[in-house]
Amino acid sequence: MAKKELKPSQIQAQIEAENAAALEALRKRREKEHRKMERSKGTNKQVGKSWKNDIGIFLFLTLLGAFMLLPIYIAIITSLKPVNEIFLMPPRLYAIDPTTDNFKDLFVVANNSWVPFSRNVFNSIFVTVAATLFHVIFACMAGFILAKCRFPGCKAINKIVVLALLFNSQVTYIMQYIVMAKMGMINTYSALIFPLIASSMGLYLMIQSVGQIPDAMIEAAKVDGAGLMRICWGIVMPNSKPALMTIIIFQFQAAWNSNGGSLVYDEALKTIPTVVQQIAAAGIARQGAIAASAVVLMIPPLAIFIAAQSNVMETMAHAGMKD
Amino acid sequence: MAAETQKKEILLPNERKMTFKEKRAYTWHEMKRNYMCYVMLFPFMIFFLFFTVIPVVMSLPIGFTDFDMAHFPPKWVGFQNFYTLFLEDDVFIGSIRTTLIFAIFTGPLSYALSFFLAWLINELHPVLKTVFTLIFYAPSMAGNIYFVWQLIFSGDSYGYLNAFLSELGFTTAAIQWLTDGNYVLGCVIVVQLWVSMGAGFLAMRAGFQGIDKAMYEAGAIEGISNRWQELIYITIPSMGPQLMFAAVMQIVSSFTVDLVGRNLAGFPSTDYKAHTIMTHAFDYGWIRYEMGYSSAICFVLFLVMYLCNQLISKILGKYMN
Repeated sequence: MAKKELKPSQIQAQIEAENAAALEALRKRREKEHRKMERSKGTNKQVGKSWKNDIGIFLFLTLLGAFMLLPIYIAIITSLKPVNEIFLMPPRLYAIDPTTDNFKDLFVVANNSWVPFSRNVFNSIFVTVAATLFHVIFACMAGFILAKCRFPGCKAINKIVVLALLFNSQVTYIMQYIVMAKMGMINTYSALIFPLIASSMGLYLMIQSVGQIPDAMIEAAKVDGAGLMRICWGIVMPNSKPALMTIIIFQFQAAWNSNGGSLVYDEALKTIPTVVQQIAAAGIARQGAIAASAVVLMIPPLAIFIAAQSNVMETMAHAGMKD
Repeated sequence: MAAETQKKEILLPNERKMTFKEKRAYTWHEMKRNYMCYVMLFPFMIFFLFFTVIPVVMSLPIGFTDFDMAHFPPKWVGFQNFYTLFLEDDVFIGSIRTTLIFAIFTGPLSYALSFFLAWLINELHPVLKTVFTLIFYAPSMAGNIYFVWQLIFSGDSYGYLNAFLSELGFTTAAIQWLTDGNYVLGCVIVVQLWVSMGAGFLAMRAGFQGIDKAMYEAGAIEGISNRWQELIYITIPSMGPQLMFAAVMQIVSSFTVDLVGRNLAGFPSTDYKAHTIMTHAFDYGWIRYEMGYSSAICFVLFLVMYLCNQLISKILGKYMN
């Protein structure tokens, strides 16, 4: 250290450096004490984790997870069992002679209906993609505005969203049907897609999550001259990626599993779940085919889920600013 | 945003002197200034209005009418539906009890379990995180594989549970899980718990992902000494919004239990053992086409859920601040 020069600024710098060093030392000492304390307790409870603890958690989760997966496992093996094994007594938790007959049956039956099965597949994909895309884009914009902007009417709209969430029931479904009938939408793609876009769950999740982003961040962007659109897509959405991925998963799943029901009666407009339901309802005890269809229908949501989840893991590693 | 609130604060003391005209002018000015907000809200709100708000608003007055979906306009009967509901309909009173049992078992229990599991998963290695999130979310993705549960609980000896129990020597005769009044409620609760780890769980996982790791480091320096303290002072307060979302989802799903019961126990179930309020509404709405009565039932249910929601948001709000 230069002790000869005594410029005030340098003295101050020196004092600051000393202070910082002292603080650092204090922090280290505390951490050390801390670690000691923990070790003496024999348990790991702090920021640093031990593998012993992880194994305990792992075992617990595995046991519970096995219970969660058991029915799905049964569905999969049922789909692989030939007919004579399905009615075997006592039931087995494995297939003695696994076969893909059930899957073949399913496609044969599906292809023998009035319209080719590929048409139903197209319908499902089209409806799912359109509903997910538009819902996510619209809900992100609306969620950002409702969470972060103050304008006349915003409180009222926020309240209405929560109320709408509580009020989804079969009665609303009938009223929805009446509204759509009046607008001439019955038996069109829009009858399948539009109600899905209007789902209030994704919007509510977005409002809640965007609310966590510090105002300072948005303020800063405003000062830099960014418009609301720019702020929404350039700043808010990249910072609420977990929520974004979550609503993509929700919406995709809801859209994929959506059953046209009474909204669509034209065979050429029906989606896969509707057709599968018809197949299952039409036949004799088609246990195997039902199981096969359940397994096939599960695959796309599963793929989206894995893609979205791994995306969340990546992005959160370098997520920063909070206040 | 900060500038706007400041401006409002400055204006507030004068507000008493503002005439109606001035107020309107001020609102109009604010609306014009924030026009971009409305532009960005518009696409969602137009769908929301037609497919959610209008149907809900339309269904409210239907509860006061006698409406069979064929005769227009519906006949106004005042509070008649509600009188019948509470004074004459024994099945409804029974269904309240069933619904409350469901709500207590699947609501708080499933909520706590979702949070606990999301927390445990968060402590693991990133790859394991994805795997376990997938495992616990899988039931809601599998959706309606009720046929598997029917196989498991089946009353004849094809049923997995019966076969398992007799193999171990616990039982000698097959138990009619889904038709015996003593067991049916328990079975439906188990299945409902199994499917209920859905939206709330995933939202909580997202909430845990979003917590800044620096907070824990700061907490450690401040003297937080174990994981429970970490949980109470850092984790829970920083995921208030996700907890709120999960609470709302849980309220809705546990009060409107219906599909699981109808698919497992059949409709109507033995002695109305698995007959919930929602099943009752389904019965009147879709089997008997008495939409007015069905709407009245749904309206009562909505009020209960609303009160429950207010209560929970008060508690959570207090805790977060």
